[in-house]
Formats: sequence, structure tokens, C-alpha cells
Amino acid sequence: MVVLACAVVRPWGLPEAVVAVPAAGVVIGTGAITLEHARAEAERLGPVIGFLAAVLVLAQLCDDEGVFRACGAWMARSAAGRPRRLLAQVFVTASAITAVLSLDATIVLLTPVVFATAARLGARPKPHVYACTHLSNSASLLLPVSNLTNLLAFAASGLSFTRFAALMALPWLAAIGAEYVVFRRFFATDLDAGAQAPPPGEPPAVPVFALVTVGCTLAGFVLTSALGVDPAWAAGAGAAVLAGRALIRRRTGPKALVRAAAVPFLGFVLALGIVVRAVVDNGLGAALGRLVPDGTGLPALLAVAALAAVLANLINNLPAVLVLLPLTAPTGPGAVLAVLLGVNIGPNLTYAGSLATLLWRRVVHAHDAQVKLGEFTRLGLLAVPAALVLSVLALWASLTAIGG
Amino acid sequence: MTVIAWIVEGTWPACVDAARRAAPDDSEIVLLHVTDPEVPEAAHAAYAGLLGRAHPRERRPAGRWGSDPGTELEHLAADSAGELLAAAAERLGRPCRRSERVGRVEREVVAAAADAELLVLARDGDRARVGPHSLGPAGRFVVDHAPCPVLLVWPHAAPRTGALPPPPPDPAD
Repeated sequence: MVVLACAVVRPWGLPEAVVAVPAAGVVIGTGAITLEHARAEAERLGPVIGFLAAVLVLAQLCDDEGVFRACGAWMARSAAGRPRRLLAQVFVTASAITAVLSLDATIVLLTPVVFATAARLGARPKPHVYACTHLSNSASLLLPVSNLTNLLAFAASGLSFTRFAALMALPWLAAIGAEYVVFRRFFATDLDAGAQAPPPGEPPAVPVFALVTVGCTLAGFVLTSALGVDPAWAAGAGAAVLAGRALIRRRTGPKALVRAAAVPFLGFVLALGIVVRAVVDNGLGAALGRLVPDGTGLPALLAVAALAAVLANLINNLPAVLVLLPLTAPTGPGAVLAVLLGVNIGPNLTYAGSLATLLWRRVVHAHDAQVKLGEFTRLGLLAVPAALVLSVLALWASLTAIGG
Repeated sequence: MTVIAWIVEGTWPACVDAARRAAPDDSEIVLLHVTDPEVPEAAHAAYAGLLGRAHPRERRPAGRWGSDPGTELEHLAADSAGELLAAAAERLGRPCRRSERVGRVEREVVAAAADAELLVLARDGDRARVGPHSLGPAGRFVVDHAPCPVLLVWPHAAPRTGALPPPPPDPAD
């Protein structure tokens, strides 16, 4: 539990892997988890981590190729001084990028581009930046690659890539639609304020090669899952093609590629998996097991999603999904996907992803002037319940139509 | 005499024009912009919510895994405030002072107006109809709490469609 707390609150500003990896060693060493269970967990997480590394490299290389810059230029040109148009384009772009290149890409790579685009048009940046932060969570439902929580659930659910996407397509659209309606109303004043047409200039070249590679990677996901091969290979191939081109053109080096794979993060995911397994084995599983409802009827799905959303807000969505997966996986894919709706949409409620992170930031920044995110929290209180309920309804409809 | 023009994205040209017309030649015009720190803070927070991504070395080049997008947004916000004030100063076409503040927008504006003789601001609400909704929450707060006279202008031409609402029924009828 201490380890989990350390990982969530990040004391001393150290990367989480520094705490989590030795902690995983400790729980194995003290026998809190049997070596067998630890190995099983590592074997389960291995392909997930490989998949994650490939997607991170792919997103970073897309950024190097100018995909995000081109997105910004396209949004500025076609918004043509209308903030509502710009908001719609931010929704389309952020939803697509989150779905295909993961939420990390939207938060780290797209958000600054969106801010710069709004600033260039003289539009008020708040609705557009908040749309990025919200959609990085609620638009990360569609594909297993969109969110690390999805990758973990995907491995546990036994669904194929295409089946996962087919079941989640409707909930994904429902969540985005709910967010869009809430944003349009909530920021009506800011969107009314107007903007200017962008200053004329040469639009940056469209990075055709990178876009085609990403498109082929998506097709590869479908193909590999039809052939029964792990779709991680498709992501790896896509990353390899872009990396090869960048290496040949000397735009990147092997060192930069390793950095793009975010190795400490991968180590952290593995260690966190082992630590959470130890915590679940030692009593948390039994305690929460009573709270997790059985069945895949609509009330059960709603309850599972709500429980997952609460847990994600209390700790963080990553440990939350690791705790809930072993408890819901026996019930079937419907329950696992409901967990995902909760842990992916829920974090928009507390802005730092979890109450624990929030409290810790309070402690760390106690001496700085406090920036209150009152407006962000009010927005979350409106958007999260709406998106959650609608997407659970959509999931229930998909499960009924397609079958779990 | 000091005249403050509150420069806000989208509505500022009307403010600058009104300030130019209202300010006597011997007065000082201050172009005021307030940056809302909530926007970079939201990006900081979104990044903090990503478990396990922080990098040991704090300073990483922007746009890389492990670099906090909130920090980049702070720089971008400062740049765009500077550019906005530069554009406003050019439109004003006479000597002026530029003032950039960061904080709760409506409170910073009221604080900045403490020693001013006139504050010029544009309506920041629904611009399609006349009426109370033509002032947004921030504009409402500034109008209510400004310590000096206020000149409230429409960002574009005032809407013509807005006939006065019917008067309340006379209780004698």
C-alpha cells in the first residue's frame, strides 16, 4: 500500500520507476507475492509493454515528421476566425489522435499545438485546451492502443482487436458527443467572442508518409487480429518503418529512439503490475470483490462503471484498472469494458487524474500562489456523469446487438 | 489622467477604438491584458495525472515524453499576451503603456483600475441580443466592482434586433 501511495503521490520528484521497481523486488523478496504469480504477471504484461513502447515511438516519430504541426495549420486555416468551428476541429483532431496514438500524444504533443493555434487566431484558448485535456481521457475508449488502461484490459478480456473496437465504437462516440454538447453550452460566452482569420502564410507540407504509415498500421491491427497474431506486431512494424526512414534521413538517432520508447515508464508499468497483484492477493481483492456486482445487465454495467470511476478518482486510473480487472474478468468482456468506461472517463472529475495526486500537489505547491481550477472542476461535474451514463448505455446497446 | 483599456482576445479592437476616442490628448492610455493561469495549470494537471511518465531530469526539450506541456503553455501564453498587446498598440496609434498581468482575470482588472480615471471594456457575453446576458461573468464582476468610471462598449455594432422587452404589466390594469 505504501508503494502504491509513493507511486501515486511521487515524493521528492523522483520518477515513479525509481520507487516502484525496487518495491516490486521487495514484495517478491518478502514473499508478499509468490514467484509464480509474479512471473505470471510479468508474462501477461510483457506483450502489453511491447505494444505500449511501439505506440509511444510511433507517436513521437509522427511529431518529428510534423503531423501535429500540420494538424495545427489545418485547424487554423479551416476554422477561419470562427471559434465554434475551431472547437469542432479540436474535438475531431483530439479524438482521432487519442484513439490512434494514445492519450499521451494528445496531452504532451497536441495540447501545446492547440494553444498556439488558438492564440494565432486570437481566440480565447480555454475551451480548446480544456477540450484536449477532457478528450485525452474520454476519447481514449475506442482502440486498445488509445490508453494504457485499455491495453491492460484488452490483454485480460480475451477480445480480438476488431471486436474490442466494434464494441467500443458506440460508447466512444457517445462520450465525445456528450462532451461536445457540454462544452458548447459551458463555454458559449468564450466561443461567442470571435477570432481573426489566420495571418496568411505558406502552409507546412502535409506529412503524407507518416499519415500513410499510421493508416497502414491501423489496417495492420485489423489484419493481425483476423489472422490471430498479436496486434502489437503491427504497431511495431509501423514504428519500425517510420524509425527506419528517420534514421536513413538522419533526423533521429538510436539514442533518441530509445528515449521515445520511455523505458523508465515501461519499467514502472511492469513493477506496478506486480505490486498491485501483491496487494490484491493480500486482501484487497476479497474486500473489493463484495462491491463488484455480477452480471452484464444495464444496472450491473452502470454500477461497475461508477465504481471504477470512483476508484480512478481516489487513487489513479492505472492502479484502479489493475485492481478491478481480476475481479471483473470472470464475468465477461462486458464488465471489463464497463470498467474501462469508468476509469477512462472518470479522471476528468478531479483534474490531476486522482484525489491522491491532487492532494500531493497541494502540499508541494503550498507556498506558491495557488491556482484554483474551479471552472475545470465545474466542467467535470457536468461532463463526466453525462458522458459516463451515455457511454454505458451505448455499451449496453453494443453488447446486446453484437454480443459480448 | 489614466485611461485603462482592458484587452481581451476576440473583443479588443472595439476597446482600443473607444479608448482612443475617449482619452484626452494629455492622458496616459494603459493597455491591460490579464492571462488566466488556469489554462496552463490544466495542462500541468493533465500531465501530473499521467502516472509513471515524469522524467528524472526535469528540463527536457518541449514536445518530448517526459516534458510537462503546462510549462510550454506558460511560455506560449506569455508570448501571445505580448503579441496581442503589440497589435493593440499598433491599432491605437499613439503612445501608450502596456501592462501584462497573470491571475484571476476579473480581480486583476479591478486591482489594476485602482488609480485610473476611466476603464474601457467590451461586453463579453451574448453579442446577438441586448440585455443582461450581453455581459459575461467576468465583465459583470468588473462593472460591479470597478473603483472608477467605466466605459462599456459593444465588440461590434450593437445588435439592432434587440427591441426593449415589454414593460411589466401595470398593477392598476
